[in-house]
Amino acid sequence: MNGLIEVEQLQTFYVLEYLGKKKTIKAVNDVTLSIPENVIYGIAGESGCGKTTLLKALFASIEPPLQLFGGKVSYLIKNNFIDALSLNGKEKRELRWSYISYIPQGSMSVFNPVKKLKVTYLDFLESHVRGKAGRELLSLARQHLEQLGLSPKVLDAFPHQLSGGMRQRIAIALSTLLKPQVILADEPTTALDVVAQRAVLQLMRDIQQEIKNTIVLVTHDMGIHANITTCMAIMYAGKIVEVGPTQEIFSNPLHPYTKFLIHSLPRIGDKMPKKSVPGAPPSLLNPPSGCPFHPRCPEISDFCQDKVPDLNNSTQNHKVACWLRRESCDCNS
Amino acid sequence: MGVLKDLFKDYRFAVGFILICFLSFLAVASFFSPYDPIEWLQVPRDKAPSWSNILGTNSKGQDVFWEATFAIRNSLIIALIAGLISRVIAVLVGFIAGYKGSIYDRVLMGITDGLLVIPLFLILVLVAMLLREALTLVSTGLLLAFFGWAWDARTIRSQVLSLREREFTLTSVLSGNGTLSLVSKEYLPLTIPLIFSTLINNIAWAIGMEIVLAILGLVSLDIPTLGTTLQWAINYQAMLLGHWWWILTPVILTILLLVALYWFSISVSEYLDPRMRIQRIGAK
Amino acid sequence: MTAILKARNLTKIYSLGGLFSRTKITAVDRVSFSVQPAEIFTLAGESGCGKTTTARMILGFEYPTAGELLYENQNLVELRDKKAWFKKVQAVFQNPFETFNPLRKVEDYFFETIQNFRLDKSMKKAEELIEEKLQAVGLSLCDIAGKYPGELSGGQLQRASIARSLLTNPSLLIADEPVSMVDASLRMSVVNLFRKMSDSFRVSVIYITHDLATAYYISDRIAIMFRGNIVEIGPVDQVLENPKHPYTKLLIESIPQPDPQIPEKVPIKILEEKEEYLRKGCKFSGRCPEVQNICKQQIPEDISLNGTVVKCHLYQK
Repeated sequence: MNGLIEVEQLQTFYVLEYLGKKKTIKAVNDVTLSIPENVIYGIAGESGCGKTTLLKALFASIEPPLQLFGGKVSYLIKNNFIDALSLNGKEKRELRWSYISYIPQGSMSVFNPVKKLKVTYLDFLESHVRGKAGRELLSLARQHLEQLGLSPKVLDAFPHQLSGGMRQRIAIALSTLLKPQVILADEPTTALDVVAQRAVLQLMRDIQQEIKNTIVLVTHDMGIHANITTCMAIMYAGKIVEVGPTQEIFSNPLHPYTKFLIHSLPRIGDKMPKKSVPGAPPSLLNPPSGCPFHPRCPEISDFCQDKVPDLNNSTQNHKVACWLRRESCDCNS
Repeated sequence: MGVLKDLFKDYRFAVGFILICFLSFLAVASFFSPYDPIEWLQVPRDKAPSWSNILGTNSKGQDVFWEATFAIRNSLIIALIAGLISRVIAVLVGFIAGYKGSIYDRVLMGITDGLLVIPLFLILVLVAMLLREALTLVSTGLLLAFFGWAWDARTIRSQVLSLREREFTLTSVLSGNGTLSLVSKEYLPLTIPLIFSTLINNIAWAIGMEIVLAILGLVSLDIPTLGTTLQWAINYQAMLLGHWWWILTPVILTILLLVALYWFSISVSEYLDPRMRIQRIGAK
Repeated sequence: MTAILKARNLTKIYSLGGLFSRTKITAVDRVSFSVQPAEIFTLAGESGCGKTTTARMILGFEYPTAGELLYENQNLVELRDKKAWFKKVQAVFQNPFETFNPLRKVEDYFFETIQNFRLDKSMKKAEELIEEKLQAVGLSLCDIAGKYPGELSGGQLQRASIARSLLTNPSLLIADEPVSMVDASLRMSVVNLFRKMSDSFRVSVIYITHDLATAYYISDRIAIMFRGNIVEIGPVDQVLENPKHPYTKLLIESIPQPDPQIPEKVPIKILEEKEEYLRKGCKFSGRCPEVQNICKQQIPEDISLNGTVVKCHLYQK
């Protein structure tokens, strides 16, 4: 236990009931994760693997139909671990606004289309910060934007006058005004082109270096992880299959799924044929037995179908959940 | 049959459906009435409910129960004419304006907005005053239909506008579908819930409007409808004279009808809602 | 070899704004290119560079303001019979979940295409044709029979979309960001399909993307677009391995390389779309690192440099 955020055996499922039929979607299934301080931490995985749900749990926002089935999410605040999921409504709100900032997917469309950015922004800020006048906050926001290399003039613009990349950067910049210790960003660059994406990543890196906080970045794009994160976790079908320092994961991927993800990325100057992972992503309604990746895995062994592999250390920080990477004695036990 | 079974799990649908069945049954019963709905003095006047006249009789010498069956039938006929015809206009205008765009859109929406901004109630009263005795069931229905489509045409148009921007429109065009088959195959299934709920709301509005016009004495009072029944009862001071059975019958029937329509409408549109339908398709 | 599609000075002007302040934006500005039979031609650029507008004009969903589009020497702008045109050109779209109506079965689109274009009369022949195309993309009719889009995965839907577009045996396929919404683990299998289709069905593909890495991987030639202009066009190896235009250089540098060792990039500037569209001279001059005085005054001309064409003052003799 030395991280800033500790996730222990977290299980959160969506329970849907429609006309008497009950469906359970195992979105986050037994996830254990330790996110250290002062890093950009990446969570990779394809759509529907539960990464957004994990982020919601980190934000202590488990609301029906999402239900908690076990496990803990704790934050290290002033040397005390606080169990975020057991707090009551008021405490949660306090934790969020003094400590965590959540940038949901598509946050570039959060601005009210018929109001100037600053109006939306003030509306939203004043409900969280008491005892500060609007004008003061606005000048603070202007300063903050300028520090991050964005023109403060944009606050006087209407959302439609700005491009998606610009809106996204302003949304991110404004949500970090209160210098949160933790920023949770969900796919902040999807729907942006490469140039705008680069600008957003740059901004996030600048913010991290300025505040020295922790950013949890969720995206399916391995290229972004390689560029900006220091540590990362690979998620597949509601489970973490590999964690470790980004450099090590890219130079020595251990899980067959990670290997596919990294080796299938096209690069300029390399025309070798690339292959994708065979098969299709599993449904979280009925995840496969044993290792969830076994139906698509090219290196399947006897255990894979029946038993779920745990995350095991390969080196000190690099862990993988795969039967193939075990010592032989482990397998027999 | 599976559809009905699913729908009956919703109590609102069950209650609404049963009520509508019951009221329709009453309307059908009017065909077997022993009395003529227009003739006066067919039974003793002002009798309280009894075995021979289960809802009593009114001051005109008519049986309240059998009179009510005619009233429901006629009110439903007016409302259905108004609802269905205004739906046809609203759907046509909404789809053409939304899908064709440009000049079609501007002309059609100009007319729609024109209808929307004029004070509808005053116009209805004026027209009704002018036509007065000519306002039979069909013409009252048509009059209400003419004034009842504008808002819904706008709603349907805006839905079509957003559907037109979705990629499957292009797929459909590339599959060689012409305008007519594109609209009927792609857009109609997605707008049916909207059309249906506006239909029910419009029927309820038409029933209410007919009552208002009748109470103001602006329709032909010979034909029994929920409105004219109420109008006669008020006219003969039924409340003062303590003939509660005469005034309560149309009031309760109207309330039942409106509640039934409302519940029926919200439960069915919830069931038809594309998002719920997509979920159901996934649930199989 | 004669080109199957030629665009000559293709232009599209939109006018924006309200009653009093109208500004005209040239979304596509005198763009010329040609597509050879059975080649994959990429149109690349950031969002709002006019690549999708160009595609929509080729498909006939928009009318060009000026210029011409020649398909086998027939001007498409004058073509009125859209249906005949859709037999020769088809498209695959960005979002596989939006390509098909969620309330309709996927197979319906296949049978409709056959019926509407009178490709085959009997049901059995139609099924055979559909099966053939689905097999080519790695699916089969039983995979999609009776299914709604919500029951298929994004990868499957995108394959089905490609198979449907091939039913009419088109000679040109327009793929607008076809893999940007497909799961990372399946993306390359869809990208590979375009190469395979182009080889086995002799169909030319116009691949529209902002992802230069996949463009490099599958295409033969590439055109880089910026604010309505093609700034660099040529064989993909030359353009991407040895970029000439500063904008191409910027785009290539912005690709997040899957390699954590690469040092941090220099900060970049982004300007608003409208501002750049209205700029005098070279539209990139606002953020070009190698900007000169002339760039702000004069629109550069197209300059041929061994195989590629560049629109930049740097290469003016």
